[in-house]
Order: sequence, then C-alpha cells, then structure tokens
Amino acid sequence: MSTTILVASLLTIIGAATPLLLAALGELVAERSGVLNLGVEGMMLAGAVTGFAATMLTGSGTVGVIAAAVAGMAMALLFGVLTLSLLSNQVATGLALTIFGVGLSALVGSGFVGSPVAPLPKLALPGLSQLPIVGPVLFGQDFLVYLSWAMTAAVAWFLTRTRPGMILRAVGESHEAAHAIGYPVIRIRYLAVLFGGLMAGLAGAFLSLSYTPMWVEDMSAGRGWIALALVVFAAWRPWRALIGAYLFGGVTIIQLHAQTSGIINVPAQVMSMLPYLATIAVLVAISAGPWRGRLNAPACLGVPFRPAT
Amino acid sequence: MRQVRLPRRLLLGAGLGLAAAPLARRVSAADPLKVGFVYVGPITDNGWTYRHDVGRRDLEAALGDRVQTSYVENVPEGPDCERVLRQLAQSGHGLIFTTSFGFMEATLRVARQFPNVKFEHATGYKRAPNVATYNARFYEGRAVCGTLAGHLSKSGLVGYIGSFPIPEVVMGVNAFTLAMQKIRPDARIKLVWVNSWNDPGKEADAAKALFDQGCDIMCQHTDSAAPMQQAEQRGLMAFGQAADQSAFGPNAQLTAIIDNWGPHYIERAKAVLDGTWASQDTWNGLAHGEVEMAPYGPRVTPEAAAAADAVKQGIIDGTLHPFTGPIVDQKGVEQIAAGAVATDEQMAQMNWWVPGVEGQLG
Repeated sequence: MSTTILVASLLTIIGAATPLLLAALGELVAERSGVLNLGVEGMMLAGAVTGFAATMLTGSGTVGVIAAAVAGMAMALLFGVLTLSLLSNQVATGLALTIFGVGLSALVGSGFVGSPVAPLPKLALPGLSQLPIVGPVLFGQDFLVYLSWAMTAAVAWFLTRTRPGMILRAVGESHEAAHAIGYPVIRIRYLAVLFGGLMAGLAGAFLSLSYTPMWVEDMSAGRGWIALALVVFAAWRPWRALIGAYLFGGVTIIQLHAQTSGIINVPAQVMSMLPYLATIAVLVAISAGPWRGRLNAPACLGVPFRPAT
Repeated sequence: MRQVRLPRRLLLGAGLGLAAAPLARRVSAADPLKVGFVYVGPITDNGWTYRHDVGRRDLEAALGDRVQTSYVENVPEGPDCERVLRQLAQSGHGLIFTTSFGFMEATLRVARQFPNVKFEHATGYKRAPNVATYNARFYEGRAVCGTLAGHLSKSGLVGYIGSFPIPEVVMGVNAFTLAMQKIRPDARIKLVWVNSWNDPGKEADAAKALFDQGCDIMCQHTDSAAPMQQAEQRGLMAFGQAADQSAFGPNAQLTAIIDNWGPHYIERAKAVLDGTWASQDTWNGLAHGEVEMAPYGPRVTPEAAAAADAVKQGIIDGTLHPFTGPIVDQKGVEQIAAGAVATDEQMAQMNWWVPGVEGQLG
C-alpha cells in the first residue's frame, strides 16, 4: 500500500469513526449515570437535520453546529422528562425516541432535500499540517474531529479525576446510596442525559455538515445503534470508546478497499456484521465470561429511580 | 385535477371499518378515474420514489379532470402493503401502481380479490389478468454513460458503487463496461458493494476508496448524491443516478440517467379510460422516453458528446443494442453468440460479468 493510499484511507477512517465516537461518548456518560437512552439514532437525526437547516438558512456552519447540539439536547430533554420525572420505561421510551426522531427529521427536512451546503472548513494547523503522513491525518481536520478527540480526554478525566464525575458514577452504581448521602440523583441524571443529547446532536451535525454535506432522510443509517453497541464494547470507558470507534470505522473502510483489491476475500456482508458480532462477544463476556466483574456495567443501568419519601 | 394525499396510518386504521361498507359505487360518466400509487420510500428521496411521483404529477397534468390520483408513501414491503392496497381498491381506485419489487406478492394477492381493479407492478415478473408489469431499460442509459466514460477517463479506471447483486444492477454494470470498452478496450471497472440503497456516509466512503485507488469517474447504483459530492470535491467526474444531481456536482456531473415514468402512467390510464387496458409487460427505454439523459456537464468534450449522442440515437433507432454478441463472460463462457442480441429474458436474469469488472463478483 503506497503512502498516498495509506493517508487517504486514514482520512476516510477518521470520517467514519468521528460520528460514532461523538455519539458514543455522550451515551457513555448518560449510561454511567444509570440511564439507558436507546434514542441515540433519533437524536443524531434531529441534530443532522437541524444543523443542516440552520446552516442552509444562515450560511454559517458554526450556527449549524450549535443548532444541532441544541436539537439533540431538546430530544434528550424530552426523554429525560418521560423517563426521569414521569418514570416511564427507559428501553421503550428510548426506542420511541428513535422512531420519533426518524419521522420528525424527515418532516423538518423535506424542504431541504436535494440542495448541498458548503462543508465545515478544515482547520489546518500551520506548519504541523505540512508534515508527511501525520500532518494531513492529525492536523488537517475540521473542528468536530478535534472536538471528538478532546472530548475523549475530557470525559475520561471527568469520570475518573473529578469529584462531580465520581458522584455521577456513584449515582449510576447505586442511586439509593447516592440519594441517602444527599446527592440530587434526578438532577444529575438529567444533566448526563442532556450531555448525551448534545453529543448525539454534534454527531448528527458531523454527518450532515462534514461527512456528506447534505440532508437525506434517515441519513444516519444505523450509526446511532453502532454507537450504542460501541459503549458496551468499550465497557463504559472513554479511551476504549475511541479505540472501538476507530476499529469499527476502520473495518468499514478496509472492507471497501478489500473488495476491489481481492486481498481479503471475505463477503462484504460479513464485514458489515463485524461491529455487531464484536459487541455480542463483549456482551457475552460481561454476562458469563471469565472477565465478569472486570467489566464495569453501571449497576443501576436502566433502573428507574423513585425516591423514597 | 385533484390530488389526495392519504396518510398511511389513517389508511391502515380505516381498513377494517371500510371492509364492511358496500362496494357498489355509482359510476357516472363524469366520475374521474381514480389512480392510486404505492411508494416504498418518501417522495422527497430525490431519486426512485421522487421520480415515480413526478410521473404521477405528469399524469394529472396530461389528463386533467379525467383522473384523480392519490398516493401512499413509505409503505414497507410486507403485510402493510396488502392493507394499503386493499384500502385503495375499496375506495374506488380503478388503476393502482405498486412501485417496488417487494410489493409483487401483495399486489397479486389483492388483485385476486378485486378482479375489476387494474394493477401495475413495477420491476416485477409475475402477471395476472388484472396485473400488468412495467420497468424501464436503464441499461440503455448505462451504455450512453459508458461511452462518455470511454472518452473522458484518463486512467481508464472507473469506480462503480453497487447496492445489491441483483440482475438489474449486474445488467447496468455490464452494459456500462461493454460500452466503455468499445472506446477503450483496456477499460477496467472497480465495483464495490455497500449493501444498501441509501446510506450517504457509506456511499461517500466507497467513492473515496475508489478514487484513492485511481478511479477518475464514479458510477453508482445507489440512491444518494454523496458520491457525486465527493467527485466534485476532488475535481473528478461522476454520473447522476435516477435524477439530475448537478446541484451536488455542477462540474463533476457528466450526465445522469433520469427515470421518467410519466409516459407509461399516461398511456396506461388512457387505456383504462378507453377500455383497452390489458395485462402485459411493458419494458420501454430511451426510445419511448422512460429513460432520459440529463444535459451533458461542462467536462464533456464535443467529441465525447457526439459519440454518446450516436449511441443514444442508435438505441432509439433500434440499430444498436448494448448487448450485442459475441459476449463472453469472465469464466470464458459465451453468453451472447456473435451477431445475436440479448433477449429480454437473458437480461432479466443476468448473473454473469463481462471481463474488465473487478471486485467481489458473486
């Protein structure tokens, strides 16, 4: 493989991995607080369509990205009200949120099909982006890619090194205990869910403003589900989510290259299944395998909290 | 001229209630023919379903008060389709178009229960006394594209993004390759499957991968304009799919194959109105207007345009067939004998590849 193809493949892999990483980091924080939000796909689509529409109407990519984040948070707020305040079932509500997001985004976006916008600008770091291979790969990306890397570090630091992060984890491990000590369980979960919505919205913005700068109905095409799988695959750890996102993204891109080169003769369909197969393998390991206990599924994940009065 | 949009949920809910209603309806001469359309996707898809809906609007424009059309979009292929069809048949529709391959069995089942309603199923192969089938000869458009590619490709290497290995797609790839090789015998096609009709991200990734491997023209049999956008970004070339995609690639688009269902819809509605409708298989192409080519883009040289026009005219005149023998497949088996042209049946079942196509060929 020549250097140009290598660089080009790496660039493509970053494009495929970034939306997965952004959405997975948000969901990871929400799940660490004990809330399972299966509505990632719906929040991503809401972000994608809102970001696209805002960019189209204002001509500003920055406005688009902010609007996408707000749209994702609005969807997450809806989920929060239903599951945290009204105590509806998280799994059913999350699924409904996805279906709702698909329909709502199609409705909002119907007037925006068939028109392109200018992609988000690449922020090339002067000097560094001229370096061979690593230059264009590491220093020639757009804002959202840098943000996805920075957020990985930030979330990892927040969860393990800060007091609020540990409180959030405590809420996810045992909401009764956290409540007894006096932590506002519901408020913390609201914030975590909103962060999840924000990140899913940004992932959507990346799809409709950078990856493929256009709006097409259902354009996330299952990436929200892969992000959900990724959180499990990463065993709720941010750095593993980064590795997983690049692994999942890499598999997609490598199989596209492999198809024409004839080096690896695995049917394309099998390669498309790999992220899900890997996730199932991790799930099995969590539930029954020898690593049981070393994987840290939050103990209160998906359990509604009803404070004793 | 009136157009009623029926919400699918309402239709499904109302289905049972209306089933008991008396089916006899007073039909007077002034009553327009109600024509129903069942779509698999949204009419905003800018591709397959959008073009069917343009055909429906053409029908309204052409026949005015004599027809009244309605459509149901986003109908999944399965039991839902049967309910939608039954509801359309019960609400007085005399002619119903079902526009996806997966509606085939449902169409036949419902048609048996409503012998007086005429059904037309797109891209299928099963017919009944009141079920006709229709399709368009898109491979003719592929041959025009292949001719342009033969003249305009510098590397002789064309990327092709495929959805699923079905005869319709295989036929298109082969027709394109054969036409291109007539100009450039060394032409090669790199084919990549994305296993989806509509996943812009994956289509864009496939286009990137193919461009990275040295392709300078992109061809696709998927729905989104993402590959066109990639071609535009890289200053390379691409062909639009199903609809004119020049908005996404003002410099990149060489031409596009445009589905044009209007002529067929008008003809068949007229046939019902005249009482001459009969079950048949319609497979029209460039000559009849079902397949149209978008205006050539800025990169098309006069020489390439002339060659492409000649191919198009030859197909319209019937003097040129994209599958004229001798054609030998990659295994060395002769598929079309010298001097012969492929029959419709041979094309509808095409599962072999011509030499020069590279990729995972099942």
